[in-house]
Amino acid sequence: MRYIRPLSIEDAVGELAKAVGPAAILAGGSDLLVRMKGGFIEPELIVDIKRIGGLSDVTETADGFRIGAAVPCAVLGENKALKQAWPGVVEAANLIGSKQVQGRCTITGNLCNASPAADSVPALVAAAAKAVVAGPSGKRTIAVETVPTGPGRTSLAKGEIIEAILLDKRPEHAGDAYLRFIPRTEMDIAVVSAGVNLTLDDKGAIKTARVALGAAAPTVLLVEEAGQVLVGSKLDEATLERLAKICSGACRPIDDKRGTIEFRRKVAGVLAQRAAAIAYKRAGGK
Amino acid sequence: MAGVAVSTTINGDAVEYLCQPDETLLEVLRDRLGLTGAKEGCGTGDCGACSVIVDGRLVCSCLVLGAEAEGRKVETIEGMAHGDQLHPLQQKFLEHAALQCGICTPGFLIAAKDLLEKNPSPTEEEIRFGLAGNLCRCTGYDKIVRAVQDAANVMKGA
Repeated sequence: MRYIRPLSIEDAVGELAKAVGPAAILAGGSDLLVRMKGGFIEPELIVDIKRIGGLSDVTETADGFRIGAAVPCAVLGENKALKQAWPGVVEAANLIGSKQVQGRCTITGNLCNASPAADSVPALVAAAAKAVVAGPSGKRTIAVETVPTGPGRTSLAKGEIIEAILLDKRPEHAGDAYLRFIPRTEMDIAVVSAGVNLTLDDKGAIKTARVALGAAAPTVLLVEEAGQVLVGSKLDEATLERLAKICSGACRPIDDKRGTIEFRRKVAGVLAQRAAAIAYKRAGGK
Repeated sequence: MAGVAVSTTINGDAVEYLCQPDETLLEVLRDRLGLTGAKEGCGTGDCGACSVIVDGRLVCSCLVLGAEAEGRKVETIEGMAHGDQLHPLQQKFLEHAALQCGICTPGFLIAAKDLLEKNPSPTEEEIRFGLAGNLCRCTGYDKIVRAVQDAANVMKGA
């Protein structure tokens, strides 16, 4: 096995592209090292991306925020501007693991690990976050929901690295929220989860809405119909009921030790309602 | 496998070592450098017994590669006391009998040190949440929480 620490994204991409055996990208390592220890992956090459310029920075740009792929989730929680603009994304990122794990884990890693139960991903999908992908043929920017294709699988090609996650600048009257169900109070894997992102018009009616569900299908689900039903409303009772029904209907969950299909369907609807209510309040709705 | 040459700083001292690319920082500390304070509990980042601080961030050293420590500043339990002078947290853990078998203790002390450096006056709830990445299977957590509260009071007075 070889460990390398390239200083440029081009070098990292080049090494990954020409790797013959299995290769792994290392940022926080909180998934990678566990999988190596468990014998699930035996990389011949580990590419540590933490010394690549810009990958460990959160930058506020004219368009919004650029979160480098190696930024630990703890740093997101300490960034006041990001927290104010995207509280749902930050609260989701900060739910991953313990303090120790927070010091290492990244939202890009969470996305690329491609767990259906990844906490930060429904919040990122609801936020319409984008991923900047560097690869052998240059860079492209894609919607985060197109990255995971199934449990543990992504759409990234050989040699490709996500170098940053982009979040839009927030207009006035905007809010997002993320909620998950776990049987304990913290440090657990979501049984089911929901992220909601709203913008409101001047009168407090919902102008745009995105709803995403976690642990409800093989990948995190963007439920477009659920967003559409919210548009134009002020989250009245009837709208919230329709929201829950659509979310429950959109689920394609499994039965496992964490929860049953029936339970996940029901709770997905309830969490979507509650997350919508929090996002609405954060957006200044009454 | 070719070894990786690493220059780093551990508890303020410049340290150089050679390690294998898949060797964890925990293995380097314990097996190469003789710093056996950090313990291996689970090896998968769940128990916190191997907690150390790298560049001001609390981490599980079982989830860090030894090679990653290049140019970093690592703080371990061995650097917590100054000679014979125990850190207030260590003193209070003794006074409150906040340990039984002791395997989890170095991790708790490092995590509590990190917690108090970032939040000198934590509430009981903040202490419990802040130390949730550290597992104790002997005593439960009440004595540990009380020791941290007491140490926080002492450190604020100092």
